[in-house]
Amino acid sequence: MNDGMRTPLIRLAKRDEMNPRMVWAIRIGSILFAFLLGTIPILMAGENPFVSYGIIINGALGKPGYIRQTVKRAIPLLGCALAIAPCFKMRFWNIGAEGQITMGAILASFVAITWGKLLPSPLLLPLMAVFGIVGGAVWALVPGFFKAKYNTNETLFTLMMNYIAIGIARWLQGGPWEGRPGTQLIPMFPEAARLPSVCGVYCGWIIVLVMVVLVHIYMNYTKHGYEVAVIGDSINTARYAGMNVGWVMMRTMLFSGAISGMVGFMLVSGANGTLNSDVAGGVGFTAITVAWLGQLNSFAMIAIAAMLAIIGKGSATLQTRLSVPASVADIVSGTLLFCMLGCEFFINYKLIFRSKKEVRA
Amino acid sequence: MNAIVLLLAAAGAYGTALMLGTLGEILTEKSGNMNLGVEGMMYMGGIFGLIAPNLYEHAVGEGNASPAVAILLAVVASFAIGALAGALFSFLTVTLRANQNVTGLAMTTFGTGVAKFAGELRRLQVGGYVTLSNDLKFAFDNHFMPAFLKKIPVVGPILFDQSEFFYLSILLAVLMHLFLTRTKTGLYLRAVGESPSTADTAGIDITRYKYLATIIGGGISAMGGMAYTMTTAGCVWIEASLSGTGWLAVALVIFCTWRPLNAIWSSILFGALMIMYLRIIVPFFPTELYKILPYFVTIVVLVITSMRNLKDKQPPASLGLNYFREER
Repeated sequence: MNDGMRTPLIRLAKRDEMNPRMVWAIRIGSILFAFLLGTIPILMAGENPFVSYGIIINGALGKPGYIRQTVKRAIPLLGCALAIAPCFKMRFWNIGAEGQITMGAILASFVAITWGKLLPSPLLLPLMAVFGIVGGAVWALVPGFFKAKYNTNETLFTLMMNYIAIGIARWLQGGPWEGRPGTQLIPMFPEAARLPSVCGVYCGWIIVLVMVVLVHIYMNYTKHGYEVAVIGDSINTARYAGMNVGWVMMRTMLFSGAISGMVGFMLVSGANGTLNSDVAGGVGFTAITVAWLGQLNSFAMIAIAAMLAIIGKGSATLQTRLSVPASVADIVSGTLLFCMLGCEFFINYKLIFRSKKEVRA
Repeated sequence: MNAIVLLLAAAGAYGTALMLGTLGEILTEKSGNMNLGVEGMMYMGGIFGLIAPNLYEHAVGEGNASPAVAILLAVVASFAIGALAGALFSFLTVTLRANQNVTGLAMTTFGTGVAKFAGELRRLQVGGYVTLSNDLKFAFDNHFMPAFLKKIPVVGPILFDQSEFFYLSILLAVLMHLFLTRTKTGLYLRAVGESPSTADTAGIDITRYKYLATIIGGGISAMGGMAYTMTTAGCVWIEASLSGTGWLAVALVIFCTWRPLNAIWSSILFGALMIMYLRIIVPFFPTELYKILPYFVTIVVLVITSMRNLKDKQPPASLGLNYFREER
């Protein structure tokens, strides 16, 4: 038999629609596999992985106080994932959520610092929210505009906008808005500019859950959401169908930036009570993992955001108890994303091994 | 004038890191793979390039360490970690056909996480800063060119008062240029990036080219992180200081229009922008806003290149797209 003509050992074929239960089983399996891989850095640090994961979970959920802090971490993660999901659905790689949050936070803080002592809370908070939304939206619109008009690389553009927004926040923190000279800190906002707490956590968690529903409706039951989905699948189809692709891109970025800006407002007004340049603190990047692991599905993202918040909070506890650096959270987050990306292959393709019958044929 | 010469001379050091990062990414992108994980790979190169000679020095005892071995270890360790990252990227995007953008972003998260983790762990082990003895530090940042060359006005400090990594990067840029334009393998690689289906029909092994270009490119990019830690940062691991370098390198690839020789001058130029706030003081202008300058210039460059949209300055045609033979 001619060796060159043999069927290869493994062949690939596209799968037909897979049983949805099986799909989720594979995805959950890949998440578990990522946690298994996450034991490697823990072992390298010379600690017991079971004990470590126990400390992570206990440190995130062990006491009501811990749970509150974990929820506090999950709020911006979920909000930000909601912001980038429409962009990613459109295959528009907005990695500038970090900057959009910071810009929203800056404008919201501007309101709090300028009018915080003059206006009552019911006027002040909505005004801060509006300024925050505008800040985030404008920061997102700029790269959206250039992408739509000149096809400028949006990934790098949005990323560079991050550094600029954070730079501006640093300048404000150490310059015009500095409290006592030399502190490099902006004073805490007056009480009127603080979001009230509900069940021990600032009410951002209610806002963000409402946003989950709104984004879900926007993406699945409106013309806008439909246009986003079509562009994501094929820009040419969208053009042929008469959609104004550039306009949809700008509109979606505006929407995305607005959500990020809202998150920025919640962070300064609810979580921190003041502005600092680290207000976004990597949320914009972790949210990419949240959005992608949740398959850009708003409700799935709630669970994923909670999971990553648990890992984030828990590994901070882990660092204080054992000699495992807290950056293990980033490693796990990256590994989760790798595994999820890899597992899609097994959902979309099937491997056909060479069987005896085929060789003879 | 003198200030500008001094600025450019200092820019060579920072530019070396950018140059290596950019060159690695050019090679990767020539195969059609868009690896956005350069930031993560440079971070990993930065820490492993320091840990390797650090471990070596601890093993043989301070004073007994040979500078040549230390440098070799730093180069090999950083290259190896970048190559591993490149292999992982290729496995996910070429073999498993995952989305390149998201895989690259995952690589950034993962790589910076690994680097911070390793740096912190080593810091706990040695009980203080992870660093080298002064002898080795000097060897890494050794401006070995003869004094009379350094004394040539203007050209001397810029071109001859530099560390060994600077010349290594320039050599690499020239070699990569020759490889891409003068060799058959280079031609094949470009064919893979421009039109994988055509290359496949011609019998070129797409998978092999994509893997190798991404692996070697990843190694070169990661060496950039090592060059930064071992020269500019003075052989000390400061995790925040590398932040943004990898992303600038990805942007520089566009600025260079995918040509290795352009990487030489453009990375020195951007190196100068990065450190300008330290060298050229502008009165009454806040430092924090001054530091934004390189990112702002990058945006302007991105916009201008996309507006001009010249035919001969385009990315490889299949950049960022995975190739499915069955789906033609």
